[in-house]
Amino acid sequence: MATLLIPTPLRKFTGGAGLFNAEAADVAALLDALTTAHPGIRPHLFDDSGALRTFIRIYVGDEEMDALDGVATALAPHEEVSIIPAIAGGSI
Amino acid sequence: MKPLQFQSEAMAAMTQDATKSFPHECCGFLLGQDSPSHREIEEILEVDNRVESNAARRFAISPRDYMRAERRALAAGLRLIGVYHSHPSHPAVPSIHDLRVALPTFSYAIVSVYADGLACIRSWQLNENQIFSEEPILNNIPTSWLLS
Repeated sequence: MATLLIPTPLRKFTGGAGLFNAEAADVAALLDALTTAHPGIRPHLFDDSGALRTFIRIYVGDEEMDALDGVATALAPHEEVSIIPAIAGGSI
Repeated sequence: MKPLQFQSEAMAAMTQDATKSFPHECCGFLLGQDSPSHREIEEILEVDNRVESNAARRFAISPRDYMRAERRALAAGLRLIGVYHSHPSHPAVPSIHDLRVALPTFSYAIVSVYADGLACIRSWQLNENQIFSEEPILNNIPTSWLLS
């Protein structure tokens, strides 16, 4: 069973839970399980076309998903996956 | 919006980060407790500004530093309350760049800093309309810290 780490700002959509566990063969299946269980989080992760929002990063262990096989990255049993929001800004 | 209360060492560390980073923007995380009455900032976690250019007007935090902040909060029994950054030679008001990737529930503290000292510190949070609303800061900032 894979474990998904929910970033603190999005825990209001998971009933306060910081961890989500599901049987999932790959990252896409894990994210699908999350958004099925907690639909309110979906618009914060995906845009209207269903693409992952540009300011959301997914890490599988300590590797960014995009450096692996993207959402098709296979998950080992007990894999830890992290949702990481981009933090940025500026004055003007 | 609930007010923020910084513990004195956290406030000092955040403002020192802003002054020592001038004229570049500094950035970091706010960690503490979210109580029914207010948000208590117990410590800050300074991180490097990873923006690739124009660090005087932009900041970016690496994903690995974000993971470090979540892990630090978990290990210390604290909550990741939000983010701080500085606006060198500019008011402590969020910009369109700050709004673009702002996250719900996070507090965004902004330190307005000039070459000769601090101007003010204000904090903001997204409201239900996805617009920044100001969160009061309960601390009395020592007047000796501020520009006259």
